[in-house]
Amino acid sequence: MQGHLVPKSLYFFIFGSLMALTALTTGMAYMDMGQWNTIVALIIAGCKATLVALFFMHLRWSPRLMRVVLLSALLWLAILISLTTTDFFSRDWTPIPEGWGESSLVRPPIPPGNLIPQVLKPSLHRYLSALGVPPRPSSS
Amino acid sequence: MSDHASSALAHQFEDLEQQREAASFGMWIFLATEVMFFGGLFAGYTIYRNLYLPGFEAGSHMLNVTIGAINTAVLIGSSLTMAMAVRAAQMGKRNALVTFLILTIALGLAFVLIKLTLEWRHDYLEGLAPGLNFTFAGPDAKSVELFFCFYFIMTGMHALHMMVGVGVLSVLLVQAWKGHFGPDHFNAVETAGLYWHFVDIIWIFLFPLLYLIGGRY
Repeated sequence: MQGHLVPKSLYFFIFGSLMALTALTTGMAYMDMGQWNTIVALIIAGCKATLVALFFMHLRWSPRLMRVVLLSALLWLAILISLTTTDFFSRDWTPIPEGWGESSLVRPPIPPGNLIPQVLKPSLHRYLSALGVPPRPSSS
Repeated sequence: MSDHASSALAHQFEDLEQQREAASFGMWIFLATEVMFFGGLFAGYTIYRNLYLPGFEAGSHMLNVTIGAINTAVLIGSSLTMAMAVRAAQMGKRNALVTFLILTIALGLAFVLIKLTLEWRHDYLEGLAPGLNFTFAGPDAKSVELFFCFYFIMTGMHALHMMVGVGVLSVLLVQAWKGHFGPDHFNAVETAGLYWHFVDIIWIFLFPLLYLIGGRY
């Protein structure tokens, strides 16, 4: 009952491949490929991670259950990253309609200095007044 | 079933195979939560890198690619020794298990020490530690500071995971020394290995994202 025993030579081969891919990705960083630099670097990182998961983490010989866990983790990660990026990068695609400028979705430009109170206070007051709470007189 | 095998089997499991799968399954579930933990950092890094690209590239250029690459090699080496340690445990080779666990711990500590003494200390002395002494005066100083916030938090969380791994492996080392592990009883080594390889995978993504994609040409 020792599970699958991987031959030593395979571990060394995977180790060699990982080292080669590390050298490759480091070398590629010194070549100007425009935005392909990022894409190539991430593809190589993905290959390395796949090698580690399949062979060092024994996923290749594991029951399907473990693969389902990994794939669901990657699915949630994809949801996290894709929904966050689509929100952030599509915010200014459409003009803000007339009269919507005061919406809490549109943040005023952040003045220099103490950021948090200046950004949070107005929206907090807006929120409270929407709930019908009268604004408290400012202590400052 | 031998006496040793029956003592290695906890009473709630049908057989050793089921017990082994349950242990791995638990670790994989934990790793799924870790994917989301680091995923939040990666998502934030993606957003802010795209919003403040020049500052992030300038910050990335201040990192030392050579040290980063050496550390990647050290970590991949530690993954190899970890895999060999699990293999030794599977075959019931106590001495090999102890040796490979010591090598893995040593390489893990080497990674953190290189990080600490050659990189973080250097960055601090250069005045690049946000919140402590950030004094970068070039263009896009605010974005560069944001890059270094991400850099320190991401590499710091990764190093913290390394130290947790070193702690776990040290406990396993003591147990292995006492001859706790054998072909029927190596779940702890195997699950610790899963964790160790996962931390390696995180670095495999951190290295290009922080050091490389800013364009070194």
